[in-house]
Amino acid sequence: MNNLVVTDSHCYHCLLDLPLQVRHRVEINGIERKMCCPGCAGVAQTIIDSGLHNYYKHRDTNTTTINNSRDRAPLVPQELSLYNSEKLQLQFVSQSESGTKAATLVIEGITCAACIWLLEHHISQLTGIVKISINMTNHRAQISWFNDQIELSDILAQIHHVGYTAHPYRPDIEEQLLAKEQKKSMLRLGVAGVGMMQVLALAVSLYFGNHSGIDSDTVSWLRWSSLIICTPIVFYGAQPFFTAAYRDFKARHLSMDVPVSIAIGGAYIASCWATILADGEIYFDSVSMFTFFLLFGRYLEMQARHRTGRAGNALQNLLPQAAIKLIGEKDNLTEHLVAVSELVVGDIILVKPGQSIPADGVIIDGFSSIDESALTGEYLPKKRKLSDRVIGGTLNVENPIHVEIEKIGAQTQLSAIVRLLERAGEDKPKVAKIADKIASYFVACVLISSVIVATSWWFIDPSQAFWITLSVLVVTCPCALSLATPTALTTATGSLRQHGLLITRSHVLENIANATDFVFDKTGTLTKGNLAIENIAQCQNNQQALEIAAALEANSEHPIAKAFKPYLQRSADNIEVTLGEGVQGKINAQTFRIGKPTFAQQILKNNTAINAPSDKGHWLLLCSEEQIIAWFSISDTLRDDSHYCIQQLKRNNIKVHMLTGDNSDNATIIANDLAIEYLKTDASPSDKINYINALQNSGAKVVMVGDGINDLPVLAGTQTSIAMGSASDLAKTHADAVLTNGQLSVIIDGLLLAKKTRKIIVQNICWAFGYNMLALPLAAFGLIPPYAAAIGMSLSSLIVVCNALRLSKSPVISKTLRAPH
Amino acid sequence: MEILPFLLGISVLIFFGAIAFFFWNVNNGQYDDLESPAHKILFDDDDDLIPTDIRPAKSSDSVQKKQDNA
Repeated sequence: MNNLVVTDSHCYHCLLDLPLQVRHRVEINGIERKMCCPGCAGVAQTIIDSGLHNYYKHRDTNTTTINNSRDRAPLVPQELSLYNSEKLQLQFVSQSESGTKAATLVIEGITCAACIWLLEHHISQLTGIVKISINMTNHRAQISWFNDQIELSDILAQIHHVGYTAHPYRPDIEEQLLAKEQKKSMLRLGVAGVGMMQVLALAVSLYFGNHSGIDSDTVSWLRWSSLIICTPIVFYGAQPFFTAAYRDFKARHLSMDVPVSIAIGGAYIASCWATILADGEIYFDSVSMFTFFLLFGRYLEMQARHRTGRAGNALQNLLPQAAIKLIGEKDNLTEHLVAVSELVVGDIILVKPGQSIPADGVIIDGFSSIDESALTGEYLPKKRKLSDRVIGGTLNVENPIHVEIEKIGAQTQLSAIVRLLERAGEDKPKVAKIADKIASYFVACVLISSVIVATSWWFIDPSQAFWITLSVLVVTCPCALSLATPTALTTATGSLRQHGLLITRSHVLENIANATDFVFDKTGTLTKGNLAIENIAQCQNNQQALEIAAALEANSEHPIAKAFKPYLQRSADNIEVTLGEGVQGKINAQTFRIGKPTFAQQILKNNTAINAPSDKGHWLLLCSEEQIIAWFSISDTLRDDSHYCIQQLKRNNIKVHMLTGDNSDNATIIANDLAIEYLKTDASPSDKINYINALQNSGAKVVMVGDGINDLPVLAGTQTSIAMGSASDLAKTHADAVLTNGQLSVIIDGLLLAKKTRKIIVQNICWAFGYNMLALPLAAFGLIPPYAAAIGMSLSSLIVVCNALRLSKSPVISKTLRAPH
Repeated sequence: MEILPFLLGISVLIFFGAIAFFFWNVNNGQYDDLESPAHKILFDDDDDLIPTDIRPAKSSDSVQKKQDNA
């Protein structure tokens, strides 16, 4: 398979960067491979032990999504056992008579088809599993098992062992409706398609008969067969057109469905009449072809609509499944593990550090700092103490706290936000709106001209009047016009999604094509956002220092602590966390401190003045009571493709701005490095909003790229906003597009493709319009028989669709730059 | 051409039968996932079909052998 990205400088399992010192290796297929962390190593070992080493052969290493074990929540066995409770299972597990249970789970972490292969094979090997099948499009697994041989908690644990996380699938009503809509339209399409082929076969016989002679009995049989087959096509397949036309008629609004319904209905009734009376022409072939191609166009449009609308079921997974309820008197509290769904207002729960808070409540005992980044985007945790409110879905970072529940379920702040942000992507781009309007005027013209044609021919030659009018209606159907924009947008959106730019609002492509200014956030957008250890100074034994630091920072969820995670080898005792300052702990009876220099040096026996190795950068001090062990410099590195992205934007005559809240000279250094002309540092969120508004008011078309941290309202207020894949879920839902793999170079792909899309949409509309205008007089003069009209209409739609398909070959300029160096 | 009405009748019945099968297909979810079957055919999952005497040793087997030798 494609080995572009697998080099020896990256973790063999998750393809991310390796830490400074590699401590984990796993032998895969006879070769020792480097791993970035114990998580990846554990998963790789499980895969090999299960005999599924082929996973590494099959997987697509060129994928745009990454699944790494570093940021995965660890498995809590007691929590898992909760999943076996009948009450919890009522929501998503079904039982069959033969004693098997079946459930649908959403699997996180699937990046390519090999992941599906791996999971299906690993799980089906377990005793008691009847069937497992995973859908690659929506990452849902359907599992059925014998409950007396294996339990749901075991299955979830095994999924976790091979590197994925599973959640129960609970679709909201909207999603269920979408699924139903999809199934129904596929059924209709199938009926119309198969029926059309049958009817065409019979029609060909009739045409040959017209030409070389046929006896009337055979004609009669053929006609009746055509009628029987065409009936379900009209009453089942074409039903949406009739219902839509009726609805539009009542609303006094003209849409494409009106002439379509008239044409289909009229032709069918006339053909039935002709069949029964054995006199006159039949048009069953035109009716079925017409219905099929119209349904096909609608089906494509519906696929597009469904795909672009599904950005966030992710918020639903923020709330944990289990909680620790405290029962009893103040000094005699016992802990009970319960399902979150069983909590009521007034319950008191214990939230340990590292766990997320299950519902809205107030702290009644303890104090801690809470990471609210999922909701507010604030990077650093906020201090909360007694009587402070906490929000469900946020993460408790430092200390255990007792929380009294105030709001649960649908009343929580999280649920309210989810409801507010429910945008199904129904707003259409300006171009499509214009096309719709033109289409409605066009339909009016068509109907009026049909009436004129019908009456004129009635006086000239009544026998021709009907089929000429039918041809006029069919050939002027503006379905190519209404397909012109959606097909181009769908193809472009789909192509970009595969490259890593997920577009969730339809105006994005149009706006990017017209953009004059791009505004970038610094931390997390132009830089990687992951605090990493850049330098170790004044240290004798780097390895030991890193291990001590990792041991102290082991339980902290603080972003700085994450930088030390790969070096975790031993544990420390008596860990005390001082909020905002640092950590103290004991290893082998020696006390150590790590954190701000002023904090760490307090335990030094000889308390002399201590200076950081240099002024640049953020330095942490690790010391014991005797001496300084090491200075660590934590910093943030530029993304590999930042240079390329800025350079290409400027090449396309786009002004590049950088807005950041950072007030150090680091920002200016980066701006100079990337040659960004417009820079604003030390900007508060309101400064940022003012900057963007000023820019937009001056007539500029602005696109903002950020990661939602500290600039959430800015993202929402810009005309078009792109969120980084590492942004909080809230930012991703507010933004108009998401860079799923964090590759800035994909923005350039998007820019070039957006311009190409605009060109193709214009081409499509010109063709559709021109064809209709040309065909109308031809049909009015009786030069086009109905079946030719149906074929012509289908061909013109086909041309429009094929032209749009040219967009699926998107520019691949930036592919070579995506391979890390 | 007396056979013609009979043949036409059969073809109409087959048509309705085909539609019935199609309904059963779609309702049982055959067309829910159109992406992974395309990838699955490329996985050569045929280790079981290779005769045992020339089958390459699985890594767990080789680990076993190492332990035996040690």
